[in-house]
Amino acid sequence: MRDALGAVQSVLVLGGNSEIAISITERLVDRRCRTVVLAVRDPLSPITATTADTLRGRGATTVEAIAFDALASESHSDVIAQAFDRFGDFDLVISAFGVLGDQETFNNDPTAAAIAASTNFVGAVSSSLAVASRLRAQGHGVLMVITSVAGVRARADNFVYGSTKAGLDAFAQGLGDSLVDSGARVVVVRPGFVHTRMTEGMKPAPFAATSDKIADAVVAGFGKGREIIWAPPILAIVFGLLRHLPRSLWRKVSAR
Amino acid sequence: MGWGRTAPTASDLRRPTSAIELRRALPTASARGLLARGLGRSYGDAAQNSGGTVIETTDVDAFTIHESVPGSSTVLVTAEAGASIDRMLHALVPQGLFVPVTPGTRYVTVGGAIAADIHGKNHHRKGSWCEHLESLRLQLADGSVVEVGPDRDPDLFWATAGGMGLTGVILEATIRCPRIGSSRLLVDTDRAPDLDSVLELMSSGDHAYDYSVAWIDLMATGRSMGRSVLTRGRFATAEEAAPKTGRNTFAYKAGVIANTPPFIPPGLLNKLSIRAFNELWFRKAPAERRDELQTIPTFFHPLDMVGGWNRIYGPGGFLQWQFVIPFGTEAALTQIIGELSKAGCTSFLAVLKSFGEGNPAPLSFPAAGWTLALDIPTGVPGLGPLLDHLDDLVAEAGGRIYLAKDSRMRAELVGTMYPRLDEWRAVRDRVDPNRVFQSDLARRLAL
Repeated sequence: MRDALGAVQSVLVLGGNSEIAISITERLVDRRCRTVVLAVRDPLSPITATTADTLRGRGATTVEAIAFDALASESHSDVIAQAFDRFGDFDLVISAFGVLGDQETFNNDPTAAAIAASTNFVGAVSSSLAVASRLRAQGHGVLMVITSVAGVRARADNFVYGSTKAGLDAFAQGLGDSLVDSGARVVVVRPGFVHTRMTEGMKPAPFAATSDKIADAVVAGFGKGREIIWAPPILAIVFGLLRHLPRSLWRKVSAR
Repeated sequence: MGWGRTAPTASDLRRPTSAIELRRALPTASARGLLARGLGRSYGDAAQNSGGTVIETTDVDAFTIHESVPGSSTVLVTAEAGASIDRMLHALVPQGLFVPVTPGTRYVTVGGAIAADIHGKNHHRKGSWCEHLESLRLQLADGSVVEVGPDRDPDLFWATAGGMGLTGVILEATIRCPRIGSSRLLVDTDRAPDLDSVLELMSSGDHAYDYSVAWIDLMATGRSMGRSVLTRGRFATAEEAAPKTGRNTFAYKAGVIANTPPFIPPGLLNKLSIRAFNELWFRKAPAERRDELQTIPTFFHPLDMVGGWNRIYGPGGFLQWQFVIPFGTEAALTQIIGELSKAGCTSFLAVLKSFGEGNPAPLSFPAAGWTLALDIPTGVPGLGPLLDHLDDLVAEAGGRIYLAKDSRMRAELVGTMYPRLDEWRAVRDRVDPNRVFQSDLARRLAL
């Protein structure tokens, strides 16, 4: 159960190799989270094994990896139902999977763009709805959906990614509203540029942060019961302004 | 949700209007179980059952005052689970009777009082609520009804006392209610400049009073750390009360004189406003006053005068942290209060009291020692790790946290703090092997 100060006891991470999600989970384990289930494409991969060892070392007692394919929407209901049946209630489910892709590549390969959109948006829709139905049944729990500031306003050099996150963000907010009074909640997390494997080699955007910094902001916002968490929090103000810029100006500002 | 408004969950809420209807809730088919709830004054998740059934008993609230037996200092009252101390007092006091134990609010039900084995300002003399029960009727998981008491299936009786509603649905109880001389209390007030002096005053003088409690200012630091106002008293005789009551010895009026406004800006209660309040409150108290006549609501239930006061902490909610540690571990008490003061924990006056001996109930909270209770808004930075650390100090000192107030302790500590937990579990497993009775607290603490 989630306690009065926002600490949880069990977490399911969809996209269990996400560095942001792992950093968040580490902090939750430091508080008192004891059960962590990592839903990943390959449960036997060395990277997942390393994550599991780290979490155990920090105090988690049950850390398991289960197979989850974001593109296989038809399997999501079963995979999620099995996770809940096997491990019991989840106080928190983090939806953290997604691909960034390269806009240049997408421009030349529309199929690759469609696959990225399926992963980031379609897969998140089917898995989130499956999670929501279980949270509603247990009468408590939070689904945390990690979107991106890139979805607040699309820009020329990553609009495929940005638009999938924009769709996901709108979906998550609507899902959250539909769950009012069910005991379940949705929290939307909007990180800015994060230094991770996903962004390796890219030129960092202003207010770039490490996944640890992002996780600190998320855990703090989560503890306060926020519905939307900007990470770092300053981005709420930055994008509050940027989203209202005239397009001609936005094109200049966002061009890199 | 609980009184602290912190971790609400959803359940199928039912509100039976009669004892017959109440009994129909069992057996239940709900996979996530069932829990009875009273007036929802538990701060945390003790009266929540996410995804399952919650039965609010407050409309099943009849009670009977039995004929008094000549020579007996008490009168028996049989009350249904949903009867509140508030309603009972309106009937009892005019007849020269009182409840054996009252907490700081009269808005608690008989069922809740048993489930939490509540205590009050007279614990050092009279123990906790369940020590004043003749018997209680309990509906078990299979729907059957049993009557238990200290002399009838004592294991189940004491497992139900403080059992947080997890042994069955309490239907009714027969309580020994004491006679009082008037509806006024004769109160002595002492202002203590620091922690050592208040502990000394309580240790040396509490035995002379029926009721005793100290309000302690946890925001005071340095030499004033632990400064307190100690109020102690007993019920006045008719003659002593006469200046206030006239011939109407048992006059009793209790109501809500103000309500919390519907909107409270977040952060209304902050370090500055609370510090100022505490300062004012300490200064206005007399250094020493004797034999002041006070009413029952003023002495016992001051917060009840403000309806919905729990909302004053704003949308973030608040929690209460209450522990008891044994006599002889005053060093730990000083350390805990010191750390709270140092952290500048925004807390209104906290309550300090010395408890008498505990009772046979494995999960009953009170035990001989010092108890401290404080309300803290959840927004205080670093509160989680601070309280976890203080929990450890409590556990090391051989103390425990009050489950009815808890909303955040670690499950790992319950067995240390309540060493007879397994005994309690054995009785629970005997009467409820399928875990029909569930609560969010039970889930969180793996009871």
